[in-house]
Amino acid sequence: MSDWVAACAAGDIDEEDVMRFDHGGRTFAIYRSPDDEYFATDGLCTHEKVHLADGLVMDDIIECPKHNGRFNYKTGDARGAPVCVNLKTYPVKVDAGKVLVRIR
Amino acid sequence: MARGMVIVGAGECGGRAALTLRDLGYAGPVTLVGDEPHLPYERPPLSKDAMVSDAPEIRAIASDEVLAEKSISHIHSVQAMAIDREAHKVRLSDGSVLPYDKLLLATGSTPRKLPMPGLGARCVYLRTFADALAIRAHLHTGSRIAIVGGGFIGLELAAAARKLGAAVTVIEAQPRILMRGVPAEIAEIIHDAHVAEGVDILCGDGIASIADDGSEARVTLAGGREIVADLAIIGIGAVPVTGLAAEAGLAIDNGIAVDAQLRTGDPDIFAAGDCCSFPLAVYGGRRVRLEAWRNAQEQGVLAAKNMLGAGEAHAAVPWFWSDQYGLSLQISGLSDEGRSIVRRDLGDGAFILFHLAEDGRLVAASGIGPGNAVARDIRLAEMLIAKRAKPAPDALGSQTVKLKSLLAA
Ligand SMILES: Cc1cc2nc3c(=O)[nH]c(=O)nc-3n(C[C@H](O)[C@H](O)[C@H](O)COP(=O)(O)OP(=O)(O)OC[C@H]3O[C@@H](n4cnc5c(N)ncnc54)[C@H](O)[C@@H]3O)c2cc1C
Ligand code: FES
Repeated sequence: MSDWVAACAAGDIDEEDVMRFDHGGRTFAIYRSPDDEYFATDGLCTHEKVHLADGLVMDDIIECPKHNGRFNYKTGDARGAPVCVNLKTYPVKVDAGKVLVRIR
Repeated sequence: MARGMVIVGAGECGGRAALTLRDLGYAGPVTLVGDEPHLPYERPPLSKDAMVSDAPEIRAIASDEVLAEKSISHIHSVQAMAIDREAHKVRLSDGSVLPYDKLLLATGSTPRKLPMPGLGARCVYLRTFADALAIRAHLHTGSRIAIVGGGFIGLELAAAARKLGAAVTVIEAQPRILMRGVPAEIAEIIHDAHVAEGVDILCGDGIASIADDGSEARVTLAGGREIVADLAIIGIGAVPVTGLAAEAGLAIDNGIAVDAQLRTGDPDIFAAGDCCSFPLAVYGGRRVRLEAWRNAQEQGVLAAKNMLGAGEAHAAVPWFWSDQYGLSLQISGLSDEGRSIVRRDLGDGAFILFHLAEDGRLVAASGIGPGNAVARDIRLAEMLIAKRAKPAPDALGSQTVKLKSLLAA
């Protein structure tokens, strides 16, 4: 069974940037790192459920737009107050120019 | 044996400082003393989400479990009464005495009182969770709420009260709301949003008198108008809590005066957060006192580092946000440092005003828009401010030039 879902085209996201992806009633954030790798996490901050895709990507950090809480988007680790609960991450692969996310 | 670290004030700043001491590996005793009965908690929701909730809850900075796991001893409902600097001891209201190696004063601020006779049970202030619960009980369909002061807390409360169906009048003595720190163009958007939601905003008229009989408050304005309210909420700013420091002979200058490392004149006593004034490096050491959540957090962390001897200087750029209805405002830097303004539109009615100094340096950015529309660019502006950048005004104003590209320049 394949649960890989196409989130967007690889070129839809700039390097060191993030995009929102909604699927099956859930929301995710898809990242493209400065070294051109793709990652995916839950879309909402663990502090106040704000869309992380409105935030700023710096190296491997996504900073929440609401109160600047920080996560490592590659591992999901909470990296700075006020966030203390980690983000869930999802496997990502690029296939034929499409970014695919495995949603469990 | 180490006497340990004592933190007076278990708010945002004190709480963060205690956690940071442990994160940095400090192994001696850490004691957090607070006069409120709660865990350290976040205040910003008190005028926002918590106020419109049916059953407001505290949003704690750390749970009892986390405090226990980190061996942070939290003494609540107890006030620090006096500091014996010579003996390195703090005397508490329960009669106990706490010895310290280093002491952090994170006593915060308290609402500025309206200097007027006639205030009673129906005239209240908002600072604590207990205040918030008392106010919440009056916000419902048909209740009449007067808000004295068109600042952030008052306006956020006005929005919450409207959402709950109350009739709201905002009274502001200045010619417009948000005179302090918010550009007129942005204050106007907020003003219009409140009017559209049915708030009556009265600007440019001071209060002549208040009569509060315990069941309602009658507010009479200088211009003769009378507003009758079930509750008058007074939000006219805050003053730093400095009594303990002053009595211990520490210097006070619009707050407990500290240096860039958050040290008072006593090398073993630090102060941080809303209670202190400090030199802001990004503006050449201008002495300021901030009443802002992120500052309290950052200074709590910095104070903890320096209590352990890091010797690190404060370098952050001030940042503030406010939420009203669906609008979010974010400001980084102090806009009064600016001499000219460049506007950048972001779509959906969102925009940012960049404040430039005489020499072209970017000194502040104020943005407003729906949701988090301005967040990313405000954050990038903050980095430009920290770098003391002089971006070309054309580039700042043009939606097609990415701010991130200016940062690299
Ligand atoms: C309703 C409200 C909404 C806000 N919204 C925003 C916002 O949207 N954005 C923003 O940036 N900022 C906001 N703020 C400001 C922000 O909450 C403060 O800047 C922050 O709480 C300051 O933290 P602090 O730890 O320095 O002080 P405080 O949070 O005030 O904590 C100080 C604590 O010390 C205690 N204390 C004082 N003296 C003693 C003593 N002698 N012994 C024991 N305990 C003592 C006090 O009771 C208090 O619990 C808001 C504030 C309020 C009240
Ligand atoms: S909502 Fe993300 S840090 Fe608060």
